[in-house]
Amino acid sequence: MSTRHESAHLHVSGQALYADDIPLPANTLHAAFGLSSIAHGRIRALDLTPVRESPGVVAIAAAADVPGENNYGSAVHDDPIFAPDLVQYAGQPLFAVAADSYTAARKAARRARVEYEPLPAILDIRAALAAQITVLPTQRLTRGRPHEALAEAPHRMQGTVHIGGQDHFYLEGQISIAVPQEDGAMLVHSSTQHPSEVQQIVAHALGKRANQVTVQCRRMGGGFGGKETQPALIAAAAAVLAHKTGRPVKLRLDRDTDMLMTGKRHDFLADYTVGFDERGRILALTVMLASRCGYSADLSGPVNDRAMMHIDNAYFLENVDIVSHRCKTHTVSNTAFRGFGGPQGMMVIEQIVDSIARALGMDPLEVRRRNFYGIDDRNVTHYGQTVEHNLIHTIVDRLAESSHYRERRRQVQEWNDTHRHVRRGLALTPVKFGISFTATMFNQAGALIHVYTDGTVLLNHGGTEMGQGLFTKVAQVVATEFGLPLTAVRVSATDTSKVPNTSASAASASADLNGKAAQAAAETIRGRLVQFACETFGVAAPAVIFRDGKVFIGERHLPFADLVMQAYRARVSLSATGYYRTPKIEYDKTTLRGRPFFYFAYGAALSEVAVDTLTGETQLLRVDILHDAGRSLNPAIDLGQVEGGFLQGVGWLTSEELWWNAKGELQTHAPSTYKIPTARDWPPHAQVKLLDERPNGEETIYRSKAVGEPPLMLAISVFLAIRDAIASCGPPGVQPDLTAPATPEAVLRSLASVRAETAPQAAAGVRVEADV
Amino acid sequence: MDGVRFLLDGRLVCAENLPRTMTVLEYLREVEHRTGTKEGCAEGDCGACTVVLGEPSADGSRVEYRAVNSCIRFLPTIDGQELVTVESLSGPDGSLHPVQQAMVDHHASQCGFCTPGFVMSLFALYLQIPAPTREQVIDALSGNLCRCTGYRPIIEAGVRMSEYPVTHWGRDTPLSAAHCDGLRTIRRDRALRLPGFFAPLTVDELAAELEREPGALVLAGGTDIGLWVTKQLRELPPIVYVGAVAELKQVRRDAAGIEIGAAVSLTEAWSAVVAAYPTLAEMAQRFGSPPVRNSGTLCGNLANGSPIGDSLPVLIALDAELVLRRGTKVRSLSLERFYLGYQRTALEPGEFVTSVKVPAPQARRWVAGYKVSKRFDQDISGIAVAFSVQVEDGRVVDARIAFGGMAAVAARAPATERALIGAVWSEASIDSAVAKLAEDFKPLTDMRASSAYRLQTAGNLLRRFYFEHCGSAAPTRTADAVAASSSATHTAGPAAASL
Repeated sequence: MSTRHESAHLHVSGQALYADDIPLPANTLHAAFGLSSIAHGRIRALDLTPVRESPGVVAIAAAADVPGENNYGSAVHDDPIFAPDLVQYAGQPLFAVAADSYTAARKAARRARVEYEPLPAILDIRAALAAQITVLPTQRLTRGRPHEALAEAPHRMQGTVHIGGQDHFYLEGQISIAVPQEDGAMLVHSSTQHPSEVQQIVAHALGKRANQVTVQCRRMGGGFGGKETQPALIAAAAAVLAHKTGRPVKLRLDRDTDMLMTGKRHDFLADYTVGFDERGRILALTVMLASRCGYSADLSGPVNDRAMMHIDNAYFLENVDIVSHRCKTHTVSNTAFRGFGGPQGMMVIEQIVDSIARALGMDPLEVRRRNFYGIDDRNVTHYGQTVEHNLIHTIVDRLAESSHYRERRRQVQEWNDTHRHVRRGLALTPVKFGISFTATMFNQAGALIHVYTDGTVLLNHGGTEMGQGLFTKVAQVVATEFGLPLTAVRVSATDTSKVPNTSASAASASADLNGKAAQAAAETIRGRLVQFACETFGVAAPAVIFRDGKVFIGERHLPFADLVMQAYRARVSLSATGYYRTPKIEYDKTTLRGRPFFYFAYGAALSEVAVDTLTGETQLLRVDILHDAGRSLNPAIDLGQVEGGFLQGVGWLTSEELWWNAKGELQTHAPSTYKIPTARDWPPHAQVKLLDERPNGEETIYRSKAVGEPPLMLAISVFLAIRDAIASCGPPGVQPDLTAPATPEAVLRSLASVRAETAPQAAAGVRVEADV
Repeated sequence: MDGVRFLLDGRLVCAENLPRTMTVLEYLREVEHRTGTKEGCAEGDCGACTVVLGEPSADGSRVEYRAVNSCIRFLPTIDGQELVTVESLSGPDGSLHPVQQAMVDHHASQCGFCTPGFVMSLFALYLQIPAPTREQVIDALSGNLCRCTGYRPIIEAGVRMSEYPVTHWGRDTPLSAAHCDGLRTIRRDRALRLPGFFAPLTVDELAAELEREPGALVLAGGTDIGLWVTKQLRELPPIVYVGAVAELKQVRRDAAGIEIGAAVSLTEAWSAVVAAYPTLAEMAQRFGSPPVRNSGTLCGNLANGSPIGDSLPVLIALDAELVLRRGTKVRSLSLERFYLGYQRTALEPGEFVTSVKVPAPQARRWVAGYKVSKRFDQDISGIAVAFSVQVEDGRVVDARIAFGGMAAVAARAPATERALIGAVWSEASIDSAVAKLAEDFKPLTDMRASSAYRLQTAGNLLRRFYFEHCGSAAPTRTADAVAASSSATHTAGPAAASL
């Protein structure tokens, strides 16, 4: 049901409380980080005297002041909260200072005198590959006989794909407030997708136990993956200062600090060789993936694993060899971002498929269809999972028809034949995205439900609300289970003291996991109420039905609240926990094989763009989207995820450019220099629909599907539409070498190379050989 | 001790003993504990901090409400105005305003953090335009960033908000006696003076103050100076604020052209320039964002002298002239000669800009301005250019071409101009002129664009200017393809989210 977001009325009236809005005790201190100014080097001397002497300063914490472990890395312990001696990126925190105001702390933080012994810095992927430095071992995933099949293929093509990174640009920057409690305990308000991890890291940093640290989060002002591991750093620094001073400490990052200091989407590089037949079917693929992980591991392992596992997108790759390098660079440590490596893997294969079509002079959509996973055959992924309930054919067929693909292809061609300065381009790309954490253990969730004697329900679960509508959806589930109006269910802040040991709200799986856990809790309470009703009114269980705020018991019915009150008086427990773990999944992370995903979510988009060939500026003219949300829990919220994810992907691939100077200093660290889409970037014509009437083939909560991440990858259609428009400026078969993001400059560079072409074989980014 | 006086929810506030550079946002959040207004960037680029300010119109008959960025607006600069925040909009019974209700009904908030800013930008639009079009809504929202929704539902809420029944804050509010009278009661007859902050009411007072205190900082809209405080954490010298000087808020028009006073907002100034030069509409539309244009001033943009200020090339190409004053001495200076080097101008100590004079359009002269940036709306240009070219009998008689983003200052392209003047108006002549650009400029590489791109695109913009003035109807802009993309094949299914 398309109910509104549970906080919509609070959002629009300014009443929704974010961490920065929480009223604070009068003795609260405000903190700021002092950052390194160089990319790589040893700290020879860190003189904090001027910081200490700055007006309003109360305390400073550096590496030596961390009572427990000076680390916030969860996977590999290689992320110091405060750099102890070695600095590994410009913007790395060296210390934090607490003062009586936010401004006093920021001013003081800039006054440190730091002497460095500079070391050579590796600043990009190619340099890291040359130096062979990685944060984690290289992985390889092979199926079939890739090298033999490549040698035997009638056509071969080589190329390189460049994919830029992306800043999350959540509107609410990172923030934590640490409030000391009695007996050494610490309460932390954190804007986090992962309260349990913040709890653990804070406990470790303070040398305390988990039961002494409580983390709460009512809502975030956006997360997108940027608040999965990063908040632990902010929370730990605030907690160390709170511990040291015995006073509450608020640590809110200003936008520049946030963008300089916290991780982003990994930029990727892919060198590939593909073999294919004259009909465009891929026979073999070898690909080297390399990503910029930054100075530490963070989540780079699973991000790169997912890139390897999504390099198939919707295509059957019979013979494939993927090598994945997790490059170490002296830049900020990259992290989770909506899609989690999937978008980068899919960008690679989509460009390959596009290039095959260009090499053969075929329509790219035909080549895509020829390579789709089959329904009954050609349906096992390169990591060994069988693709069941495959919807990609249905979705692409319907979208091609509703968007008039063929007719528009012809119109675009006609336009380009007759227009010199402005060219148009089209691309229809599919999405198939695996749902579940690839690390199987995270696929569990808990919930806690209380029913009060007035018949109202308080719901708590392990998921966090970052705008995605999770709280609304889970509340809808609970309301449905009790047959209550949604207004009877209230969701309270995520709290590690209510539901413990939670997984991050990530991997699109939060509604699947927490919805099921909440359903289980509701079922437990409902089961007790049913039993009570049966005993009291002498009916059989099937005769007790919860509907419309009432309980129907045989012939009679009474308000839900009345039954609850009677049950309370009869000493029936009205509180329960619920627990869920995803079935069917198993995955061996050493061999990268198994069934990592419970199911796949699908979608497709047709984008049409115009390119100004004089300046390289582009405009998205129209998009048609058909996206699979199973039997949607809330179509309005899911539509919001599809549209928002799509446009966020458009930003990633067009206007959002991370730009470092030669010293490794990020120069795009505020909205004045880093450009996410604005309202005008939503296309003037858009047809966005959910594929309805297709319940999830797996038994998820009410047969719905995850929808958080998959739509981002619909934006690949925009990038390839731009490539299509560029290609129209060159000879037939030209392979535009377009790097992402397709900024005006990247587009103009690509146009220049395309126009310089006389024959397709010499294209800059792609080399084609034909043996036949 | 003087205090900053303004209206908030019908209440007269007199804010005393606060730092002179406290922003309106800091005041709201930290002093009033009204936390609905958010900080997203502290540089006026994301719009999460958007509030609405009401000022009496020149004749006092109505209140003019407009959206501004509270994060970079110093509190003393709202003296005498009405401050409206997201908390102000709900009715006495807590009912939502039509703008808010439309946002709720269209599922236009997700994380909600940017939402108060969008509500306030839409609220300002609601008061200004009875039934805004999609285009007007997008223009009004170009200074607000949302990372969640993709904007479609917000645009839709903006298009539909006028259809909701009005309970409070209707379109008649600007005329209401309560608001007009409230502002009248706090009108000053004596300049506001706070420690380190002076807001004169007359140009004479302003000139005298600057003569006494030549090291003082002249503050107008503060859309740049605000960032010195919020981002660079600079301590500012004594501030002299020009925004309360009524004489400087004038736009005068006569046969010679328009004269725009130093306190005239960019919104008003661009509107006057575009009325005279309609082909500059896109430059005006893409300059900053509505909240930035509502606070910032054209003269401030010029006096600031940033090499990337988009008004500079336009006004240099138009041969605008600055009127400067020091003490009682007034002089005029061609804008072109005002810039001496990177952020260095010809202003003498104690001297200030009182107005800029933009000459009236001349017959048979083509004027155009272009800007290239990574994003269409609210982006600082990688390159901006303005052309003012006269062609008679197929030959170029005169050419003034000025670029921004190509050098340490906004500057003309003399070699290119020389190559054009006297030449036949043809693609070949343009190609020859383009080749001269490398003599005029050695642009920098930075995060906005590389040197090579800037040079190439500068030439291509000259080509665009030619293609748009050579009698051909061939489209030169991507927007020209919008209509074509939907022709004959646009099907709106019942469940479609189409806008």
